[in-house]
Amino acid sequence: MTALAIEAHGLVKTFGENRAVDGVDLAVGAGTVYGVLGPNGAGKTTTVRMLTTLLRPDGGSARVLGHDVVDDADQVRRLIGLTGQYASVDEDLTGTENLVLQSRLVGLSRTRSRQRAAELLESFDLTDAANRPVKHFSGGMRRRIDLAASIVVTPDVLFLDEPTTGLDPRSRGQVWDIVRDLVAGGTTVLLTTQYLDEADQLADRIAVIDRGTVIAEGTSADLKASVGRSSLHLRLADEAQSDLAERLVAQTLDTTPHRTPEAGVITAPVADPDVVADLMIRLRAEGVRIDEIGVQRPSLDEVFLTLTGHAADDDTERTAA
Amino acid sequence: MTTTTQAATAERPISSVAARVERPQPPSALSASLTLGWRSVLKIRRIPEQLFDVTFQPVIFIVMFVYLFGGAVSGSTTQYLQFVLPGILVQTVVMASLYTGISLNTDIGKGIFDRFRSLPIWRPSALVGALLADSIRYVVAAVVCLGVGMAMGFRPDGTVLDVFAAVVLVLVFAFSLSWIFAFLGLVMRSAGAVQGVSMLAMFPLTFASNVFVDPSTMPGWLRAWVDVNPVSHLVTAVRGLMAGSPDAGDISWSLIGCAVLIAVFAPLTVRAYRRRS
Ligand SMILES: Nc1ncnc2c1ncn2[C@@H]1O[C@H](COP(=O)(O)OP(=O)(O)OP(=O)(O)O)[C@@H](O)[C@H]1O
Ligand SMILES: [Mg+2]
Repeated sequence: MTALAIEAHGLVKTFGENRAVDGVDLAVGAGTVYGVLGPNGAGKTTTVRMLTTLLRPDGGSARVLGHDVVDDADQVRRLIGLTGQYASVDEDLTGTENLVLQSRLVGLSRTRSRQRAAELLESFDLTDAANRPVKHFSGGMRRRIDLAASIVVTPDVLFLDEPTTGLDPRSRGQVWDIVRDLVAGGTTVLLTTQYLDEADQLADRIAVIDRGTVIAEGTSADLKASVGRSSLHLRLADEAQSDLAERLVAQTLDTTPHRTPEAGVITAPVADPDVVADLMIRLRAEGVRIDEIGVQRPSLDEVFLTLTGHAADDDTERTAA
Repeated sequence: MTTTTQAATAERPISSVAARVERPQPPSALSASLTLGWRSVLKIRRIPEQLFDVTFQPVIFIVMFVYLFGGAVSGSTTQYLQFVLPGILVQTVVMASLYTGISLNTDIGKGIFDRFRSLPIWRPSALVGALLADSIRYVVAAVVCLGVGMAMGFRPDGTVLDVFAAVVLVLVFAFSLSWIFAFLGLVMRSAGAVQGVSMLAMFPLTFASNVFVDPSTMPGWLRAWVDVNPVSHLVTAVRGLMAGSPDAGDISWSLIGCAVLIAVFAPLTVRAYRRRS
């Protein structure tokens, strides 16, 4: 991690009373994939918009490949590509028209633009839809055309705001492959996501943000270590036994269990899944009745419970799936 | 998850994504504006309903005014047509410029403007492109008005060149005026509000003018407004050109009006556009 492609120091953006981004620091190494993980309303989009010169920070500073996003915005725009969270292509235009438009706007010649559009449609598996208006595209196709539009010329730094939210596993896999290809070609990628799994698959380092601040940063292994290698999910048949069960879990697994917002459900990080067998014996011995028990890979919810002490979605509209 | 990923890889030819495409010099301000104008033209082609207000509306206006008021105002419908057609031409095109603000207001909230702003292009080019493309709507409006007028018996006494000059003058005026509506489109919250406020401005501009009647019978206070109303000067200039007796005074006044509109509202609009992000 020698040269930094993106550096942010104490970025702040307030909307009225709401401190949407409240002192975010980021350091992204050139040629790496950096994941920004957070629930709805965490400030991911606002951070990306500041880094891509669309929003002026109210405090702090940020540089992309050494260029300040405020003072040297034009230079930054020559280096980046952006796929916003919400479709940033023209719904009324066809796939081809959108890509030609984009190519012309980055300065490719007319002929080269048409050529590049055809090339990208082919690579993104959209040739059949080339002449259909984007508004008739499926969600996955929209995401791909959007991504294609941001790489008509190869960006040095590519920003992807929730590139796979709402996609089926196959489309998600396609987007991941595209990101890997780009990184292999030397592009630095910063992507935001609500899925730990996605950050896990793609990102070299991850920043977890919540309520406008970075609450954890590190490799995916670091993050997972903080919540245990896997996690226990226990649903009690009788929620009145929650306190007893919580104590037993704490003693047997030697960790701090969490109660989820759901009544009678306890989760806990598990270092060694084998110990769960001991736990089940103790629960039976103490007469605690189990409705459901499982050991899973930690989910984003658990990362959040562990890191913040509150659930990912307890103050937002939607659950982070 | 791994299997899905592999399946996707197998189906997708990866070649051109990874191959590096160097970024050329960014396009010039003009080239970017024209490209973005091309985008708006494509949108008109895709959604031709956008042209209703410059096609059906003027037809209805011409037919209605000529047959409804023609006899009463001028004694005969043919005579009134000769008088009112240049006026309705101006009114239609001026009204059409209102649409600029409404469409800009809806368009700018969309994600695609974020993309435009993240590109190293001249910032106002999206704005200028939209205004240029709207000129096409004005041309359609002018052609429809003249076509319907001629079909109903309107005969300009001026040469083809005079008529052409009249149309160009109207287009220039509409382009200049559209900056006001673009400005409103940028500073107002919703498209509905833009429409409301613009309409409010539109009535004194078009109806309190010499578009439909000779102002000599109007009360003094109204005449005072009609006489300074730039639309009146434009209408007189257009009538003069179409009648083959161009009046340099009114033409100059109209052009000065255009220059003032652009000088005041272009900077305001561009500033509002830069702020709106
Ligand atoms: N233009 C704006 N005006 C006012 N408040 C805003 C604006 N944009 C964002 N916010 C607020 O800032 C906070 C952070 O929003 P942001 O869009 O950055 O979150 P996010 O992490 O991208 O969420 P999501 O996962 O839902 O996309 C939210 O509380 C949001 O309501
Ligand atoms: Mg967002």
